[in-house]
Amino acid sequence: MADIARTVARDVRIHKSAHEVINSPDFKRIVAKRWSVSGVLLVLLFVSYYGYVILIGTNKALLSQKVGEVTTLGIPMGIGMIVFAFILTAIYVVWANQIYDPEVERLKGQLKPQ
Amino acid sequence: MPPGGQIIETKLGSPNAASIFFFFVIVVVTLIITYWAAKRTKTSKEFYAAGRSVSAAQNGLALAGDYMSAASFLGISGMVALKGYDGMIYATGWLVGWPALMFLIAEPLRNLGKFTFSDVVAFRLQQGPVRVACAIGGILTVLTYTIAQMVGSGALIRLMFGIPYEMAEIIVGAVMLAYVLFGGMIATTWVQIIKACLLIFGVSVLTLLVLSRFGFNPAELYAAVATQYGQKTLEPGALVTSPLEAVSLGLALMLGLLGLPHILMRFYTVPDAKAARKSVLYATGLIGYFYIIIPIVGFGSAALVGRDMILKVDKGGNMASPLVAELLGGTPFLGFIAAVAFATILAVVAGLTLAGASAYSHDIYVSLIKKGKATEDEQVTVAKRATLVFGICAVLLGILFKGQNVAFMVGLTFSIAASANFPALLMSVVWKRFTTWGAVASIISGAFISIAMIVVSPTVWVDVFHNKEALIGLKNPCIVSMTAAFALGIIVSLLTPDLSAQAKFEDEKLRTYLGVGAE
Repeated sequence: MADIARTVARDVRIHKSAHEVINSPDFKRIVAKRWSVSGVLLVLLFVSYYGYVILIGTNKALLSQKVGEVTTLGIPMGIGMIVFAFILTAIYVVWANQIYDPEVERLKGQLKPQ
Repeated sequence: MPPGGQIIETKLGSPNAASIFFFFVIVVVTLIITYWAAKRTKTSKEFYAAGRSVSAAQNGLALAGDYMSAASFLGISGMVALKGYDGMIYATGWLVGWPALMFLIAEPLRNLGKFTFSDVVAFRLQQGPVRVACAIGGILTVLTYTIAQMVGSGALIRLMFGIPYEMAEIIVGAVMLAYVLFGGMIATTWVQIIKACLLIFGVSVLTLLVLSRFGFNPAELYAAVATQYGQKTLEPGALVTSPLEAVSLGLALMLGLLGLPHILMRFYTVPDAKAARKSVLYATGLIGYFYIIIPIVGFGSAALVGRDMILKVDKGGNMASPLVAELLGGTPFLGFIAAVAFATILAVVAGLTLAGASAYSHDIYVSLIKKGKATEDEQVTVAKRATLVFGICAVLLGILFKGQNVAFMVGLTFSIAASANFPALLMSVVWKRFTTWGAVASIISGAFISIAMIVVSPTVWVDVFHNKEALIGLKNPCIVSMTAAFALGIIVSLLTPDLSAQAKFEDEKLRTYLGVGAE
């Protein structure tokens, strides 16, 4: 059936299949997954950064605590914030390269007439 | 007495052989690249997007070069030198936008757009109103940032090279226009790559030189700072007093990045969404590394040069890095660092000019006046004319605002970017029922609430207009203006349902997530 449609009207077949692909459970699942992964990472970013900033605003004593001879807790926290932000970015890239891209290729393969 | 001994005399501000040498090397090399790029800049795709031939690593470097302005290099090291830990808090705010850019915008932006972010917002909406609104948001963002950069650069170049302010503005304008006019995005990209490499190299060497004075142990550096200026220097100070204010500033810095037209435009220079994604990771790594080491330079300058000397040269503290470079590396290294700061200014202003010009030439002229039917020649011609006009405006505005307090301009830029450009961009990607008038309402309200609230806030009402008391206490309006922009975008969209825009959402999704049909 699909083969006939493909040979008869290539354009119609592509159009129809685009609609099918978008409404397929696979496509919906990967889109939902994409936003839940970036959503979780975004929440972690927000909690850590705004947590850090609010902590400075409300509890300066904590950040002024010494962790070395003179080094305050605030210094490793500030550096840690930057490192953590980079790690979150890296996690997204690894996920997208390993999970998202192959899924996208698979769905795109369904679209194109072979 | 600082352990390193104070420099009594500094060569800063007087032209010396080393700084002039490095200055000319940078200008000559970048102009040769521009000549090479000019031969490869014939079409609009080459002019705006470097033919989409930039690799992920190159774009990562160029993004870093576009983003790390003289304000972050000289300003943050100066702030750490004079105010201590507060400068570090500020530095973190400049990085945290990058992961957010990755999670929310980078890939959809690359897949949906052609040259500017308004391509994305206008994807399934009515071209006319949306293009005009986006151009207003884009140009306001770029213009306020350009004023801040030009005023800052004139003052910095005068301090470092002893060139008169007006002359500095004209030199920056002329060199930067040569890059953009003749070499378009290809030349701009290479200027940004060279600048990023020079900046990261220069600051790394400076960091090592500072640490070498303290047995390569940061704890000894902190101890020296604490001995001279007290333990308070290593504790949070006056920067963050109210959590509301801090969160509002944080939101502007973080989400403003997602609405900066000159940054967003860079994503069209890579071949696909995968390269866009990788380039954000490279940029985040480079910028993160930079913001981790720059406080060491600042603390080093406080410990070795001394705050009195830094303040004597420039009240704003901007010369903390060049001074410590001179102390530890002599006049040649000072010359190198000054030239790097100059290259930094050029690269950022070139990126801004290209973005400002494209908001008119691509969004208004080609998409609106010509209904997308301009020939390649017409597109490139109008883009170059817009570049010329924008460049001349930048120089004139720089001269006009000479000596003005423009510190609020950077805050204003990020606030407009986060409130006008970002909400419309995000809603157009993720929300099916977003409409033309919802987008217009969101962009216009975001921009004008930001401007109005900054004008009556302490930063302008008191610091610039010298009134006794501000009408509102909040220094950064982002938390209010961005919320309002989202709310109005949603309410107006719900009031003006647009079935044809909803119907086109399927095509948009196919492009957003699978990259099918992406340019």
